[in-house]
Amino acid sequence: MSTTSTPTRPMSGSSGTLLLFLKARTFIALIVVIAFFAVAAPNFLTTANMVIMAKHVALNAFLAIGMTFVIITGGIDLSVGSIVGLCGMVAGWLVLYGVDLGFAWTIQFNTLEISLITILVGIFVGMVNGLLITRLNVAPFIATLGTLYIARGAALLFSGGATFPNLNGNAEWGSDSFRWIGAGTVFGIPVSIWMLVIVAVGAAYVARSTPLGRYIYAVGGNERGAALSGVKVRKVKMIVYMFSGFCAALVGLIIASQLQAAHPATGETFELNAIAAAVLGGTSMSGGRGHIGGTIVGAFVIGILSDGLIMMGVSTFWQTVIKGLVIVAAVVVDQAQSGLEKRVILRQQAALG
Amino acid sequence: MAGAMTGHPIGLSIRGGVKVYPGTRALKGVDFDLRMGAVNVLVGENGAGKSTMMKVIAGVEPLTEGEILMDGKPCHFRSKDDAQAAGIGIVFQELNLFPDLTVTENIFMGREITRFGHIDRAAQRRETAKLMARLEQDIDPDAALGTLRIGQQQIVEIAKAMNEDARILILDEPTSALSSAEVEVLFRLIDDLRRQGVGIVYISHRLEELIRIGDFITVLRDGEITGSRPMEGVDIPWIVTEMIGDASKDFPPRATRIGQEVFRAEDVTLPREAGGLAVDHVSLSVKAGEIVGLYGLMGAGRSEFLECILGLHPHAGGAMWIEGAPIGRPSVAARIARGVALIPEDRKRDGLIQIMAIRENITLSALKKFARAFHLDLKAEASGARDFVSRLGIKIASPEHPVSSLSGGNQQKVVISKALMTGPKILLMDEPSRGIDIGAKAEVFRTMRALAEDGLAILFANSHLEEVMGISDRIAVMADGRVTATFDGETAPAAEIVAAAQKQQKVPA
Repeated sequence: MSTTSTPTRPMSGSSGTLLLFLKARTFIALIVVIAFFAVAAPNFLTTANMVIMAKHVALNAFLAIGMTFVIITGGIDLSVGSIVGLCGMVAGWLVLYGVDLGFAWTIQFNTLEISLITILVGIFVGMVNGLLITRLNVAPFIATLGTLYIARGAALLFSGGATFPNLNGNAEWGSDSFRWIGAGTVFGIPVSIWMLVIVAVGAAYVARSTPLGRYIYAVGGNERGAALSGVKVRKVKMIVYMFSGFCAALVGLIIASQLQAAHPATGETFELNAIAAAVLGGTSMSGGRGHIGGTIVGAFVIGILSDGLIMMGVSTFWQTVIKGLVIVAAVVVDQAQSGLEKRVILRQQAALG
Repeated sequence: MAGAMTGHPIGLSIRGGVKVYPGTRALKGVDFDLRMGAVNVLVGENGAGKSTMMKVIAGVEPLTEGEILMDGKPCHFRSKDDAQAAGIGIVFQELNLFPDLTVTENIFMGREITRFGHIDRAAQRRETAKLMARLEQDIDPDAALGTLRIGQQQIVEIAKAMNEDARILILDEPTSALSSAEVEVLFRLIDDLRRQGVGIVYISHRLEELIRIGDFITVLRDGEITGSRPMEGVDIPWIVTEMIGDASKDFPPRATRIGQEVFRAEDVTLPREAGGLAVDHVSLSVKAGEIVGLYGLMGAGRSEFLECILGLHPHAGGAMWIEGAPIGRPSVAARIARGVALIPEDRKRDGLIQIMAIRENITLSALKKFARAFHLDLKAEASGARDFVSRLGIKIASPEHPVSSLSGGNQQKVVISKALMTGPKILLMDEPSRGIDIGAKAEVFRTMRALAEDGLAILFANSHLEEVMGISDRIAVMADGRVTATFDGETAPAAEIVAAAQKQQKVPA
């Protein structure tokens, strides 16, 4: 090993630069995408367009943040799209009808209560995922595939497949502010963007600077090793799936509020976009690696790509093809990066003897 | 045939065989002769190079230097297929079978009988039934392999090698999973093959078995052949001497101050999945500043016992105390908090999170120390990790590199750091010297002794007699789940320790 290091020594400078380039690749991709559309699509760089795109991206970004933690533990959550649909229907039902207790008694809720109940429903589905995976040892792919169908079916059952229209709320019950979640702004920036900032910063903080975050990485890196080191693997997994359910519930709420309607098919295939954003942001499907920041950038690349292509008038069929190509390219580059990284580090270690 | 019986021609030999793995020399210039029509027994401690030598012969690994001669002509096996074509069959220690396929499909894997391009199932089944009859086994050729007992699976593996018409058959610890009745069948089979002129290499840790079945014996130690002779006149003490050498190397001096009892276990039991007990009423105590060596063969229940102490097996029976107080419920996190720490046997699989940084591995078990409420003080964590890096002398370029970039010895120190960071009262070490080179071994032992001097109680499992005898203050020998003997570390006679480790309960077939 040490004999071969001499001729490669002059290479280390350039491979260092290359490594830096590869590490920042998602960010570079984002800049390239923005620059391209700035030239190719008129009105792309206007503030109004930026805000609209950010609102689109935020929906996927929420799901992708939850998904990132799940994937880092070595799992997958296919149910998030269905949770979005289910939570939208729950919110719609509560706004329209409240809870009927029988005997002609009905409880009506204000916006905050509606939001909390909806979020609890999302967390509950996540908890079911977690219990299936940790207590009944169902593979995450299968467990969440099951809840994907169950939650979607439940959403359809809510209304018999129909849409809950006109979710304007009622001032008398304090639910007229329901529209504010999707349409309101604070300091000129949409509420949903503020929510994304809070969730993203919180998630990044947890990942970086809390024992829980470290345990999440450890479980994905080597579950057995983590368990032997005293990490409560089941608890960590439960938290991760519940958080993913929480993120999906937020998306369900926001969409219902934005459209002022709840449709049971909302959120179909959202889980795939979330996985794509996480992978594009450098999250490893085999677990143990990934960053919230990368995921957010990944979500922006995907979102801006599809919005920009629409603005350019590219057909949706081509959009789908292009999105797929970007994802495949990202994973190929990811492999190249980890190979190069390993070589650089081994060389430094070999220099120590 | 008669000539072969008396003469035992040499069918294969290695001359000047050297095998280098990154960081270690597994074989250091061995000369080995394999005699046909005889059982060539190979013995040595774990890591002595037996399996490496067999992998070289079977074409799984190439030699770094030296050559292999077959019938006097040098030959190069590039793969297992090359060796197979030359008539060499190997039954590995770990089973290489497909649990969801049938017995027949397993036996014919890769060499199916075909007719007009499709598999002739009927012919394959007939052949399998014939093989099973010859092996005196009542195994259904259509049974899925995974439904068989481990011992039966081993027989299938042997049948597979036989089916390949091997002229040279290598058996790597074939009896470790067999019941005594199955061992008898295997021995009859080996006799049969020997009469047909097949050259058999037989690796085992069961010394009595070796003496019974073997015609020639070769002893390996640290990658070198220390003894090679016909079996006549060989006894266990001779083998033990050749295996471990007579002078102990540079082990640190023994304990001077031994304190209060820190840990006590009484009647600890752990049921085995296949029935019976993996840990059979083990009682043991360790005092502060004392190093207790747990010696035994593979599968003696040492690792399982250590895992029971760590709380990995909720259904384990018996009682344990730490500093006189009951140890509490079996949860790893709770046990670590009570002052138990384990250095697992398999560093890669259990000890480390390979893709995480060195720092993150060192602090993983003790993260709570650096956390206020839920906030992790990253600066304090980094300096805590740095402390241990310098305290144990871990050679690293940066604590932020993945732990997988380190050598075995340095990785082991990372695992030890992780365990020590929790502030344990008793340190459990499962084969702490496995897979690291001699210099690093000595350093690990010095570290162990230094820790004991600081008042830590250490219980370590080891299958290297020399190491157990060199460092232990007390030695407990385990066989078949039970503690069969305990010795004082300084005066323990090697032959008696080995004898105690060989004690087998007769398992009904």
